[in-house]
Amino acid sequence: MAIGLAHYLTVAAILFTLGIFGIFLNRKNVIVILMSIELMLLAVNINLVAFSSHLGDLVGQVFALFVLTVAAGEAAIGLAILVIYYRNRGSIAVEDINMMKG
Amino acid sequence: MIATAIAFYLFAAITVASGFMVIAARNPVHSVLFLILAFFNAAALFVLMGAEFLALILVIVYVGAVAVLFLFVVMMLDVDFSELREGFLQYLPVGALVGIILLIELLLVLGSWLISPEAVGVAAAPTPAIADVDNTRALGRIVYTQYVYLFQAAGMILLVAMIGAIVLTLRHKPNVKRQVIRDQVARTREQAVENRKVEPGQGL
Repeated sequence: MAIGLAHYLTVAAILFTLGIFGIFLNRKNVIVILMSIELMLLAVNINLVAFSSHLGDLVGQVFALFVLTVAAGEAAIGLAILVIYYRNRGSIAVEDINMMKG
Repeated sequence: MIATAIAFYLFAAITVASGFMVIAARNPVHSVLFLILAFFNAAALFVLMGAEFLALILVIVYVGAVAVLFLFVVMMLDVDFSELREGFLQYLPVGALVGIILLIELLLVLGSWLISPEAVGVAAAPTPAIADVDNTRALGRIVYTQYVYLFQAAGMILLVAMIGAIVLTLRHKPNVKRQVIRDQVARTREQAVENRKVEPGQGL
């Protein structure tokens, strides 16, 4: 059977769900939460490229390029914040992040 | 045709399986390695879809930079990860519930959409035939002309991210000796050299 748009969209949907699931499952571990966000962005990219190739419109790939850029910046900033947080508090557990609570 | 199908199912299965292992692995280092595997197979899927440039960018940017960054941070932080996994099973039901609801919603959308027949005609930048222009060149032709401002904005975002990460993590330890060029250059001969009269046989 021919591999069409629906196949790629299914893979992307499963990956996106895995990302959401990972955020709920590893609620204490910020690193795995960041990795889950990367998985979700990857799923979005697969969607964009699948539609781009199905509709014959190159703009989808341009947009995926920008999503990739933002994802790289987000990972860099997120991990930098994580490193200074660990340096100050000696822990990366999410429930310890409550210093700004009134 | 059958080769494409086999390749698709292989890459898709490995992508999904390693995506699952990312969130289920006990050791975060294993999570990062499975993330790398997922990115590699997603890049293969991109190649199958005819987006070669994005596939290689995915390998270079994600595997080469982002995943290695994750690996650095995981190994740099001396965290007891088993402690962080407490309550893993406690969150499993609600996570599974949300995940299954979301998956059902996505699959419902997937089962019911249809593309408008006019959609093919309104493409903003129709993909040229692969025989005329290859993917990278075609992408370059519109990124550097039609979308040049967005391209510059993307560069700006990366610059801000880079400077932000450096500013956040830079720290000066107070008791580390550093080279101060200004002090070295301003030193005079009187400060540096001292003439002592040494008596014979006595030393200093």
